[in-house]
Amino acid sequence: MSAYNEDTLAELIGALPPAPQAWVRAAQELPLARTEIDQIVARAEADAEFREALIADLEATLAQEGYEPERPLLDELRRRFPGS
Amino acid sequence: MAQTVPAAQLVARCRNGDQAAWSALVEQFSRYVYAIASQGFRLRDEDAEDVFQEVFARAYERLDSLRSDEAIQPWIAQLTRRACIDRLRSGSREETTDESELAADPDEDAIARIDEALDVHDAMAGLSDNCREILDRFFARDETYRTIGEALELPAGTIASRISRCLVKLRDELEGRKPVPTQSGGQVSV
Repeated sequence: MSAYNEDTLAELIGALPPAPQAWVRAAQELPLARTEIDQIVARAEADAEFREALIADLEATLAQEGYEPERPLLDELRRRFPGS
Repeated sequence: MAQTVPAAQLVARCRNGDQAAWSALVEQFSRYVYAIASQGFRLRDEDAEDVFQEVFARAYERLDSLRSDEAIQPWIAQLTRRACIDRLRSGSREETTDESELAADPDEDAIARIDEALDVHDAMAGLSDNCREILDRFFARDETYRTIGEALELPAGTIASRISRCLVKLRDELEGRKPVPTQSGGQVSV
């Protein structure tokens, strides 16, 4: 570990700038997104029409159903429903 | 910013479904993941964002498989490295058909510096809120004396001397700690 003079400390503090706030917020909302994903997947398994709508236009279908079409919800649903 | 609750404690709380703990854990490692992706692997912002989300998604899914809560930092580092390499390789495949051109080597010096920086940020948790804010705003957020003064309701003319005093306190805090070996390059049992 290097000696901690003022310049070294300044450089090391500066080496970890904040991540963009929107990225952090999206990651923090993962637990909530998981609950929504489970609900959507369960409905898609039971409702073929809904499943087809998701695959045809994921974002519009989610918005129409009252979900916020944002990450990480979109990422996970695209993984679950290839082609969406 | 700097951590105030040990990460291992947060991991234990996350296992019990504590959403506030998950939020704090993300906050605690967000800079680390971002730095590895953007500085260590020099990913473009759009790729770094994908990696960032993927790392936390995988961490959330697999937290129960982490054998030791204390291993959270090297585990996160390992998840990030893998995600960056996958991202670089998939991007390269779209641009070239020559497998030998697939380069996904990180800047190991930059990653070592990021690990050391995380230790420094951890040590900042031992400082007063005021010192922590001033140092972070000036060095990590590139804020001016004026902006810092307005945000913290301090005379701008005193910020430089406060920074100097806080750096001394931070150095004392670090020198009072045992050196922590950097581990991001190592393999982690999960």
